[in-house]
Amino acid sequence: MITGEQKPFEEIWNMVKDFKKVLVFGCNTCVAICHAGGGKEAEILASLLRMKASEEGIAIEINHNAVERHCEPEFFQPVMEDIRTYDLILSTACGVGVNLLSENIGDIPVFPAINTEFFGAVPRAGEFTELCAGCGNCILHLTGGICPIARCSKSLLNGPCGGTNNGSCEVSPDIKCAWVLIYDRMKKLNKLDLMKEINEAKDWSKAQGPRNFKVKVLEEIKK
Amino acid sequence: MSFRDILDSGKFAVTAEIGPPKGTDIKEMYHHIEVLKGKIDVANVTDNQSAVMRISSLAVCKIVLDNGMEPVLQMTCRDRNRIGLQADLLGASVLGIHNVLCLTGDHVNAGDHKQAKSVYDVESVQLLKIVEGMNNGKDMSGNEMKGATNFYAGAVVTPEANPLEPQLVKFEKKVKAGAKFFQTQAIYDMEKFKSFMAYARKFPVKVLAGIVVLKSAGMANFMNKNVPGISVPQVLIDEIKAAGKEKALETGINIAARHIKQLKDEKICDGVHIMAIGMEDKVPMIMERAGLL
Repeated sequence: MITGEQKPFEEIWNMVKDFKKVLVFGCNTCVAICHAGGGKEAEILASLLRMKASEEGIAIEINHNAVERHCEPEFFQPVMEDIRTYDLILSTACGVGVNLLSENIGDIPVFPAINTEFFGAVPRAGEFTELCAGCGNCILHLTGGICPIARCSKSLLNGPCGGTNNGSCEVSPDIKCAWVLIYDRMKKLNKLDLMKEINEAKDWSKAQGPRNFKVKVLEEIKK
Repeated sequence: MSFRDILDSGKFAVTAEIGPPKGTDIKEMYHHIEVLKGKIDVANVTDNQSAVMRISSLAVCKIVLDNGMEPVLQMTCRDRNRIGLQADLLGASVLGIHNVLCLTGDHVNAGDHKQAKSVYDVESVQLLKIVEGMNNGKDMSGNEMKGATNFYAGAVVTPEANPLEPQLVKFEKKVKAGAKFFQTQAIYDMEKFKSFMAYARKFPVKVLAGIVVLKSAGMANFMNKNVPGISVPQVLIDEIKAAGKEKALETGINIAARHIKQLKDEKICDGVHIMAIGMEDKVPMIMERAGLL
């Protein structure tokens, strides 16, 4: 899933304070799971903004709404007529949602209320951790299913750096050294020989945007 | 004799670091070059050490060369992509700099520009392969170059890394990728280092032991706690403590000299790499006491 965290309230307030009619627009998929941008969070944020506006003596109409996804137009199309009546959409969807809505909505600005962060897992409720960097060229079969691109601070491909420290990363004791994890895993899998082979420099062209692709089967059918 | 020839001849080699300063005032750096000239074999020029922005390693290598010493260009992968690294390697080559130490580089988190975007397009093992390719007249993409480089390539290893096994896997990859010499992280425990060398001797590479002078017991404790791969034995900390505050540095210098002498006399490794960290002035004294001058 895509993770994100709500921006500092002051930053959000500075984005919206000069508008007259604002919709806080939530997305009920990924960002709802990380308690940042679902319908419930959109509702709470709208209330906080109304309170702030009232405190500041500024008249703004602030409402909220949410749809299941912002990353496919069919989910927000049904409410498009209504959301076009606002002069600002404050989106709590991920950056993908903000971009797609901006492209579809016409001349109304769409601002982000959250900072989109990474593809993450939820190892425990309320905890999110980055496990994949979406680099476009997966090598997990060579590294025991542990991604050094996402999980090593330097995205190293050939083993730990000199900063590896009792199983932790030099950047923070809270980050596990990906290459120690990989070593231990490969040892358990009896695949240490694979770790001894040099991984050539990565083709980063596959990791750099703007990226897009079409499903080949569907293209064939269209033909 | 070139650095390569010194190591190949079996002479015990001594290298020391020159740390480029932040800013254009290089008087102190010139002084360090003067102090070290004629004493050490080659000067190792650090590359934005600890991710702190300073004069480029390449520029200072040229200054070292012009002042009569052979430099080792330290090159990290943190600040340049493969195009930048290769361009600087060619630049170094035409300026007469023919030793390169291939490093991954400390994370920007350690330095003074913490918001910088780290590069790490390639890393130390891959950089060694790039150097080997350029020595054979080809760039990393396999394009023929007009004129090959002639680098003597080295790398680093941490003999006391914890855990050690993954570090040794990487060491062996560096050997395979073309490293001819290794500098180690600072070592203090001769017995542990000897057992590392018993392993390293199986490979056709030269090893220079890393020497960092202990300035105080506090510094030793700090490094034990905070610097990955450095472990100062308690017996050395006690020795410095026993000498008292005023003689702490003196004792640290004597310990460094004693270790260097032992490394040389017992032929444990092929040389030493002295990381003076602001005490470049003391390097000749350390060498004298180690019986090298």
